[in-house]
Amino acid sequence: MAKTRVVFHYPRTLIDVPVVSRIAREYDLDFNILRANITPDAEGLLVLELAGDAAEITRALEWANAQGVSTQALEKDVVRDDDECTQCGVCVTICPTDALRKDPVTQEVLFTPDDCVACELCVPACPPRAMAVAF
Amino acid sequence: MPKTYEEINAKIKAGEAVVVTAEEIIDIVEEEGAAKAAERVDVVTTGTFAPMCSSGAFLNTGHAHPRLKIQKAWLNDVNAYAGLAAVDLYIGATEATEDDPLNRDHPGDFSYGGGHVIEDLVAGKDVRLKAIAYGTDCYPRKKLDTWINIEDLNEAFLCNPRNAYQNYNVAVNVHADRPIYTYMGTLKPEIGNANYCSAGQLSPLLNDPYYRTIGIGTRIFLGGAQGYVFWQGTQHNPTVERLENGVTKAGAGTLSVVGDLKAMDQRWIRGVSFHGYGVSLNVGLGIPIPVLDEDIVRFTAVRDEDIVAPIVDYSRGYPYSEGGPLGHVSYAELKSGEIEIDGRTVETGALSSYPEAQKIAQLLKEQIEAGEFLLGRPVELIPSVESGLTFKGLKERPVEEEVTADG
Repeated sequence: MAKTRVVFHYPRTLIDVPVVSRIAREYDLDFNILRANITPDAEGLLVLELAGDAAEITRALEWANAQGVSTQALEKDVVRDDDECTQCGVCVTICPTDALRKDPVTQEVLFTPDDCVACELCVPACPPRAMAVAF
Repeated sequence: MPKTYEEINAKIKAGEAVVVTAEEIIDIVEEEGAAKAAERVDVVTTGTFAPMCSSGAFLNTGHAHPRLKIQKAWLNDVNAYAGLAAVDLYIGATEATEDDPLNRDHPGDFSYGGGHVIEDLVAGKDVRLKAIAYGTDCYPRKKLDTWINIEDLNEAFLCNPRNAYQNYNVAVNVHADRPIYTYMGTLKPEIGNANYCSAGQLSPLLNDPYYRTIGIGTRIFLGGAQGYVFWQGTQHNPTVERLENGVTKAGAGTLSVVGDLKAMDQRWIRGVSFHGYGVSLNVGLGIPIPVLDEDIVRFTAVRDEDIVAPIVDYSRGYPYSEGGPLGHVSYAELKSGEIEIDGRTVETGALSSYPEAQKIAQLLKEQIEAGEFLLGRPVELIPSVESGLTFKGLKERPVEEEVTADG
C-alpha cells in the first residue's frame, strides 16, 4: 500500500472530464482531496493524496498526463528568501491557497508554508524573485 | 505665520525641527487642526518603493589603453547606450539581456536586465563590460572585454526621467480568457485580480498635489542616498481631473531625479522581473515636504480614504486606448485586500511596497532630525495646473514613400 501527494494542473479544456473518479475506479485508488481550485473556463489546480498499489499510482498518473493534466509530486517546497522579498504583495492574488496573504493592517506579506501546495505559480510572478523551489 | 526654507533649515541644523511622517501628520492635523499643526510641524516626510521603469544610470568607465571610443557596449550582456562621447554609458532599467528569448516562449521569464545590472553595481559586484568600436586615429582600439566595479568608475549616477508617479491605475483583465502578463503583474481572466501601484497616503506627490514645494533642486531620498529633482518627469500631466482635495484621479505629476549611485544602498535599488513583460528597477524614493503654511500641511494630511485610483482594463482598454476607467476605488479599499467591481469581490495585489515606503519615510525623518539632511529650496517649481500642460498621445502621420521614375 503506497501513499503519495500529487498536484494536478488542469488545462481549461479538461475541467469537464471526470479525471479523479476515473483514477479511483480504473486504478483502484483511494483519494483524498486536500485542496481544489477549479472554476469553469479557467485553469484548475487540485492537490490529492492517492493511496493504493504503487504501480497503479504510477499508471494512474501516466494516464492523467496523457489526458493533458500535468502532475507533480508534492515533494518540493516553495521557500521565500526574506532578504529578497520587498513586501509588495503582487503574489497574493496569484497564490491559489492562502499561503501568501497580506496583513490588511501592516500591509506585510505573510508566507505560511503549511498552506503552500507547491504549485510554484508565485515563483515567476515575484518581481524580485524571492520565491524559489527547494527540493 | 508662513515659514521659509531658511528658517526650517536653521531649525534642522540646530536639531530643533519637528519632523513627522505623512502617516503621523494625519492624526496631528485631525487632533490639533491645520493652523496649529502648521505652526508646530516643520517637515513631513513621504516615501515610496516601487517599480519605476523610466530609470537608468550614467557611468563613466575611464579610458582604456590604448583608448577606444565605445560604439556599442554591454554590461553583463545587457546593452548600454554608448552614443555619448567615448566612455560614457547609459544603462536603462528595462533593457533585457542581449540573448534573452524575450516573449518568444510566452510568457518570458526576463530574469535579468538593466535594472539588475544597476542593482549589481550598487551591491559592489563586479560587472563584465564588453564593448566594440570602429577605431579612429585618436581612439584606435576596437574591442574591450573587462570586469568593472562601481568603485573604479569615475562617475556613476542614477538619472531617472520619470519616477514617483502621482497616483496610478488599478489594473484588471476584463476581456482576455487567459491570464495576461503586464507591467502591472499577471492579471487573471474575468477580473480575477486587481493590481495597484502607489503608496497612497505616503506617496510623495500625493502629499503635495499642486507641487508647491517640489521643483528643480529639491533634495530627496533616492535609493538610500541624497538625490535631487532636476526637472518634471516625462509624461508629467498636472491637468488631469482632481478631487476637491486636490488629489489627482489618475496618474498625473512625475519627477526626473538624479543621485550618486555610489552612495546608494541595494535595499532601495532592486532589479525586478515581470513575467511575460520584461525587467525594471524598484526605486526607493522619499521627499521631505516643508510645512511652509497651513495649506501645505492640510495637503500632507491626505488619507488613503481620500485618494482614489482609476480601475483600468489591461486586456483592451489600456493597450488599444479603448473606453475610460471602469470606476474608481480608494487606497483604503485597495489596501483592505478586496475591492468591489460590478458587484463582485476582487482580490487586490500591490506592486508598490507599503512597508518599505513606511521605512523610507521613517528613515528620512530620522536623517532630518539628526541634521544630516537639509531641505533643498527649489530654484524653480515643476509645472502645475496653471501651466495647462497635458500628456499627449502620438499623432501618427503616415509616411508616403517617394515614387521615383524607375519605380
